[in-house]
Amino acid sequence: MTAQIKYDDVEVGTELPAASFPVTRATLVQYAGASGDFNPIHWNERFAKEVGLPDVIAHGMFTMAQAIRVVTDWAGDPGAVVEYGVRFTNPVVVPDDGTGAVIDVTAKVAAKLDGNQVRVDLVATAAGQKVLGRSRAVVALA
Amino acid sequence: MALDQSFVGRSYPPTDPYEVGREKIREFAVAVGDAHPVYTDPEAAKAAGYPDVIAPPTFVFAITFAAAGQVVADPQLGLDYSRVVHGDQKFAYTRPVRAGDRLSVTSTIEAVRTMAGNDIIDIRGEVHDETGEHVVTAWTKLVSRAPEEA
Repeated sequence: MTAQIKYDDVEVGTELPAASFPVTRATLVQYAGASGDFNPIHWNERFAKEVGLPDVIAHGMFTMAQAIRVVTDWAGDPGAVVEYGVRFTNPVVVPDDGTGAVIDVTAKVAAKLDGNQVRVDLVATAAGQKVLGRSRAVVALA
Repeated sequence: MALDQSFVGRSYPPTDPYEVGREKIREFAVAVGDAHPVYTDPEAAKAAGYPDVIAPPTFVFAITFAAAGQVVADPQLGLDYSRVVHGDQKFAYTRPVRAGDRLSVTSTIEAVRTMAGNDIIDIRGEVHDETGEHVVTAWTKLVSRAPEEA
């Protein structure tokens, strides 16, 4: 495991490069297949509306997978992630309009820990709403 | 219906091993749009210090959630799965999941409670490889929403 960011080069407050991740219905169908989560709320608009959702929503785990990419792309080594946790606060609504939705992710170093590890706090939003709460990762740096 | 508190601390038998395949990791990495070569190129993975390609951090959820199905479907617990939403998810890794791993999950109910008619259950899945080495622990909070008032 060899993160490319040095522990000594970051401070509390250091911002990671932000990123935006598009998501369409096709993305969700592909993720359903890859993850084995075929809950129809993620691909069937009629079903989603029947259970009270505004439209098809992204898998929470898909959103979680997108958000951590800000950390793994920054660290350079995905295996450097030691802990990662989120709360699913709002769904990412994915309309069938040819555009879909965008998940915007920002992150910053919130604490320097022992053993060359840092805690990174993430903020993920879609359509101006926070979609992940208490989203934190612990990363082992070089 | 309030869940039975006596389920707290209950563990379920370890699952049969799930064999992690290179192509399944590739499929997952493509699905989340992540082109990092350590997920798909064994040489890149070796250069990064791994014996084979590794999986993205959230890949293991498919395995631990399937294992949590033992809990969710336990007829004695009585969780209404049709109303379940995923509340929280956390992972703590000893090492990344990698191709060739044969992973077994032991699920334990850490907490159950009922708030405003919603049943909430916390499940911990301990993931070990075929040698018994710990790989990752997954904590999953599921919320079974109260039915709407008629």
